[in-house]
Amino acid sequence: MESNQSNLHNSLLASEADSQRTLYPYVTGTSVVAIKYKDGILMASDMGGSYGSTLRYKSVERIKPVGKHSLLGASGEISDFQEILRYLDELILYDNMWDDGNSLGPKEVHSYLTRVMYNRRNKFNPLWNSLILGGVKNGHKYLGMVSMIGVNFEDDHVATGFGNHLARPILRDEWHENLSFEDGVKLLEKCMRVLLYRDRSAINKLQIAKITEEGVTVSQPYSLKTFWGFSAFQNPTVGAEGSW
Amino acid sequence: MSQVAVEAPPKGGFSFDLCRRNGMLSKKGVPPPSYRKTGTTIVGLIFQDGVILGADTRATEGPIVCDKNCEKIHYMAPNIYCCGAGTAADTEAVTDMVSSQLQLHRYHTGRESRVVTALTLLKSHLFKYQGHVQAALVLGGVDVNGPHLHTIYPHGSTDTLPFATMGSGSLAAMSVFESKYREGLTKEEGIKLVCEAICSGIFNDLGSGSNVDVCVITKGQKEYLRNHQSPNPRTYVSSKGFSFPKKTEVLLTRITPLKEMVEVIEGGDTMEE
Repeated sequence: MESNQSNLHNSLLASEADSQRTLYPYVTGTSVVAIKYKDGILMASDMGGSYGSTLRYKSVERIKPVGKHSLLGASGEISDFQEILRYLDELILYDNMWDDGNSLGPKEVHSYLTRVMYNRRNKFNPLWNSLILGGVKNGHKYLGMVSMIGVNFEDDHVATGFGNHLARPILRDEWHENLSFEDGVKLLEKCMRVLLYRDRSAINKLQIAKITEEGVTVSQPYSLKTFWGFSAFQNPTVGAEGSW
Repeated sequence: MSQVAVEAPPKGGFSFDLCRRNGMLSKKGVPPPSYRKTGTTIVGLIFQDGVILGADTRATEGPIVCDKNCEKIHYMAPNIYCCGAGTAADTEAVTDMVSSQLQLHRYHTGRESRVVTALTLLKSHLFKYQGHVQAALVLGGVDVNGPHLHTIYPHGSTDTLPFATMGSGSLAAMSVFESKYREGLTKEEGIKLVCEAICSGIFNDLGSGSNVDVCVITKGQKEYLRNHQSPNPRTYVSSKGFSFPKKTEVLLTRITPLKEMVEVIEGGDTMEE
């Protein structure tokens, strides 16, 4: 019975072994949030890599610079993110080898990633990531997102994972053109704080990365201040002793 | 003679007869039919003088909005109100039932109802039905012990919180609360924050929409602000209104009064039914 099923499975998918396809993510990163501000792009993510429900790795850098003009942030499977960085490395290397004074900008890198993600999805072997690509080239700011099935779009503020539900409402209300650097960081910290409170795979160690025409700066890891002192938390059963 | 089991009449309440069949079907790989989520954003928060509850007003049947302006804030007692998310029939029935139980309890004790009483009645009922009564509630009120705010989940667990959100829009509303709530808000600030949270749910969640209802409960007084904000007005309204092209022609008018037709026999024996 079982061998019949696996034969059927194999003939349907025409692949040598199912272990070659990504079926589930194993080590995952949680949300990344990014906004356009006056001088460029600001991107924030925490540094956690969860292995299922265990917080296995606490120093995973999920935001990396790509070439001269772009920043890539990823949530989802960490090994697939590392594979994507290798692909992009090769891409940037070939670009540099032309040595013609041109360099790939964020729009081009975003387009490349969209093609890669969509093609992998068509082969039923996805790269299990939601990617955020941000950058500045020749004064034009660009911020785009690609999901693991190849859905891509460009916007003024993007978020992946839980950030879609928790950060996007805040960004829709409070983002505006020409935020200063301090205001942008405050806005991102507001989103990351809500994510820290309400996302179980978030940890209190985050990095904020900035990209402008001058270049990329990725901050040192730091933590946010949290507040737990509500009076309702102190003694919730004050009205009915013994209940919860 | 074979033993014939007499069918005991159903005693009311939930019948768990089909659970074994459902279990067998799901083991065979047949997925159960999905429940219709009614999609909601309901919130509550504690401010310096009491409790403020808020809710959106959209009721959905799958992908269709069946009621554009329904009431999700239910009366429990003069000092206690309850917002309901989940299956609309379940929230209505369960809040109605506990409201009448509280009324009887008030007659029995001669005192104002307490929020923990409503909480215990609701949670025991929901736990008894093991989550099949799909009502997720935000219960708030002010009694002798001060303002209280609780959330009740369909399986019967409860939380006591300074601010709470439930429903499909709960994450959008919670993001507003987590970033802007602080203790000791005034009434105006509290109402403004509740409206912001509900609007966040209305505009960022597809299951919530239409208007914002707010209910402010303080010691000895309550304010039920129905449609406090209407951020979704109908944009294009025809100024001409409706006019039917052809009027129905009246050919003949004859009025027959029916009172004289019926004979009323006073006295005598009552009729055989």
